[in-house]
Amino acid sequence: MTASLEVRRLAYAYPDGTQALFGVDFEIARGERVALLGPNGAGKTTLVMHLNGILTPGHGTVTVAGLPVGKDSLKEIRRRVGLVFQDPDDQLFMPTVREDVAFGPANLGIRGEELRRRVEEALDRVGMLDVVDRPPHHLSFGQRRRVAVATVLAMEPEILVLDEPSSNLDPASRRELAEILRGLDVTVLMVTHDLPYAMELCERALILSGGVIAADGPTREILADAELLAAHRLELPYGFALPRAEHSS
Amino acid sequence: MGAGHHHQLYRPGDTLVHRLPPQCKLVAVAAFALVVVATPREWLWAFGLYALLLGVVAFAARVPPGFVLRRMVVELPFVVFAVALPFIGLGERVPFLGITLSVEGLWAAWNILAKATLGVAASVLLAATTEPRLMLLGAQRLRLPPLLVQIAMFMLRYMDVIVDEMRRMRVARESRGFVARDVRHIPAVAKSAGALFIRSYERGERVHLAMLSRGYTGSMPVIQDLSASSRQWLTAGMLPGAALVALLGTTLVNGGLG
Repeated sequence: MTASLEVRRLAYAYPDGTQALFGVDFEIARGERVALLGPNGAGKTTLVMHLNGILTPGHGTVTVAGLPVGKDSLKEIRRRVGLVFQDPDDQLFMPTVREDVAFGPANLGIRGEELRRRVEEALDRVGMLDVVDRPPHHLSFGQRRRVAVATVLAMEPEILVLDEPSSNLDPASRRELAEILRGLDVTVLMVTHDLPYAMELCERALILSGGVIAADGPTREILADAELLAAHRLELPYGFALPRAEHSS
Repeated sequence: MGAGHHHQLYRPGDTLVHRLPPQCKLVAVAAFALVVVATPREWLWAFGLYALLLGVVAFAARVPPGFVLRRMVVELPFVVFAVALPFIGLGERVPFLGITLSVEGLWAAWNILAKATLGVAASVLLAATTEPRLMLLGAQRLRLPPLLVQIAMFMLRYMDVIVDEMRRMRVARESRGFVARDVRHIPAVAKSAGALFIRSYERGERVHLAMLSRGYTGSMPVIQDLSASSRQWLTAGMLPGAALVALLGTTLVNGGLG
């Protein structure tokens, strides 16, 4: 079976010469939920920008469900990769929720009844159907984040890429979002340094550090390895601990 | 639909006037304004009829007179100018309460006052019955350059976000003991304005990325079909149409243009 996402020897330097990625290699199978962990400045956002062709790799390739990211495939790639940005105010730029969720599918040429169905279905999946005609700035932060997820679900993506999905959420919104994400039948790559959230949602985790993949394995094992975490400026919050022995069978 | 406190011009409703497609209303108001402006200032009857027509529209849209009057305050600066004209006008003068006023000035003042008031009232009615975003979509259908429509659309969307950011910056300034009292404090405020500009610019870049990520290629996709039937065009045309009839009628009564 083709992987949802395949990144091979991806390297990138910013125009000013700063090298951000030094050869990133990983693969995500269809239906997997994977956490991409890393300290600030590890190159997480740079990597994400490559996944839908906003940045063009200096070296290496990104392949989404068998289709390589390139100039000619951009339109289809952007349909397949649903990027949810960290600040929902950046993601929700249309005057009403309906228009915003419709923006992506409408760019794909979908109109009329089918467009309406897509919008309502996507909002229903995140439990936000009742705000369909409201302006985004009248929603709470948690609601806006959920609508932001709906805006990409409406494009029926192959893989959902979330940039810090739990940031700025209160505990209840955080849990509600987790429940929604767990219920979605879609491949997920979640960029975060919220380790408990990664633990809660993703069976597998990658650590991106210094522009390379420093670790790749079951989330539980990675989070239980205090030395590994410390080496990459990652820490479990105070009071959390995952005993290693318990699960190293 | 939830209109924010920043869109105080809009008065939600579900009347015939509210339901008309925005492009029809825009054209109707523009045409009405043209007829009003084309009316010679001496034809007082015609202006009375125009006012009556707007009254009928307001009634049909269930917009109370007080709502319209309060929002017509924007006209005041122009009125101040018009009021000065009878005093500074030249030519024949008439005595009035012990002072003399210029006849030409009086007519000029009336001309400005009557036409501006009718135009403003028509615009207030348009804004009261049309959601801001629909107004923009209507303008887009009328072939206003899409780039301008998009800019206005984003202004509408991000006004609250930027005002909020501005408020947070003010709170941050004041939390560190800054109070803007006189001109000497302008540099600090100006620097905040600069920072706000840069933040907004950066947000613009991030929004653009988000748009690209969802397949944006330079033009806004058509999401809401706003096509208007000929009946709707006819309905909207009734306002300028009736105004034109009033103008022509007055022309006949006055015995042709003279």
